[in-house]
Amino acid sequence: MWREVSNYVDGEVDAALRPAMEEHFRTCERCASVLAGTRNVVALYGDERMLEVPAGFSRRLEKRLAKNAAVKGSGWSSWSAWLVPVAAMALIAGSVLLTNSLAFKNFVKSQHALPGNNIPPDMQVVVSSGSKVFHVAGCPFIHDKATERTITAKEAMQDGYVPCTRCLRQYLKTGLTGQPGDENGSAEAKEEQEEVLSTAGH
Amino acid sequence: MVLNNPGQAGGTREQDLISCVQRGQHELFYELVRPYERRVYAAALAILRNEHDAEDAAQEAMLKAFANIRQFRAEARFSTWLIQITVNEALMRRRRERTVPMEGLDDRRDEESEYAPRDFADWREIPSESLERKEVRQRLAEALATLDQKYRQVFVLRDMEHLNIQETAEALGITVASVKTRLLRARLMLRDLLAAGWEQGWFSRLPFEKGNKPW
Repeated sequence: MWREVSNYVDGEVDAALRPAMEEHFRTCERCASVLAGTRNVVALYGDERMLEVPAGFSRRLEKRLAKNAAVKGSGWSSWSAWLVPVAAMALIAGSVLLTNSLAFKNFVKSQHALPGNNIPPDMQVVVSSGSKVFHVAGCPFIHDKATERTITAKEAMQDGYVPCTRCLRQYLKTGLTGQPGDENGSAEAKEEQEEVLSTAGH
Repeated sequence: MVLNNPGQAGGTREQDLISCVQRGQHELFYELVRPYERRVYAAALAILRNEHDAEDAAQEAMLKAFANIRQFRAEARFSTWLIQITVNEALMRRRRERTVPMEGLDDRRDEESEYAPRDFADWREIPSESLERKEVRQRLAEALATLDQKYRQVFVLRDMEHLNIQETAEALGITVASVKTRLLRARLMLRDLLAAGWEQGWFSRLPFEKGNKPW
């Protein structure tokens, strides 16, 4: 009987079965107690007062959202500010625009962040709080080393982390972090750069 | 109070806010999500259990919702969409941080095994006014925290977040049948915990300490 109690409380019991159940609850003390108890549980836990947040939660959330909006805002404005004089900057900002319209990944990243290319998915990489960049263990550019965690590159990318432009440079898609002599920082990269710019302009 | 669909009450207002944020008025995002912050936190806490992690996951989920707001389509409920993102975020964190294997096929057998509710001679209805007392809310939260992960998360999404069975199944990536089985089990276990607590005087001592569980 009580196997159907949950459905009964939710009103999901077959109409034909319902009268029989009602009758049973009237006569069987045990099942009536289970029914009353289940209703109690549903009513008490379903009450909004049960949804409590820690002190200061709202304030901290608001602050983090505002901070994020500020970061994002500056990314967008610098896109136009740097468009003409520094094409490389524009490309990066443009790719932020593009990827923003795609999926969860590539979110909250620095303007220097670029998507990786051919990174072995099972490679062990290090992430930490306060930054959405993943690194090779021991990279000197890891933020807040106390919060380091090791995960696979695949997980990192799924979670929106992007490769460090220093220790994972060989996997970056273009050479726009741009050192002279970088194998990608040439004509090919410029072409791609122009393509992205024209797309971002739409 | 429109518990089942808080979005409904201010539906138009909410849609307006969504459109504004989608068009670039980012500063309105907080206003949009504020009515749901407690539900988002509760969903994260149901999965992560630790308050600090839950808060961080809740914030991260909000940021992801913000980043993807343009993909939100009006045919979905905004609250459900937000909770779905939160559940994904929390599950991902839990997977990352746990070395123990995820729940597997064995759980099915476990779920199907019978759970017999206890007999209570002195069962009474617990009035909802009792929720005014922080102590009672605390007891309820503690009882919930003793549930196994898989029961707790179904219970929270269904009975506290008021997602329907289908939405709960989708959010957790499990079948409708599993949701129903786990929900029944969760409710019965909580009923036993609460009833035991009531019988034993509620506020004297925590009635369900280790080794003394009523099931």
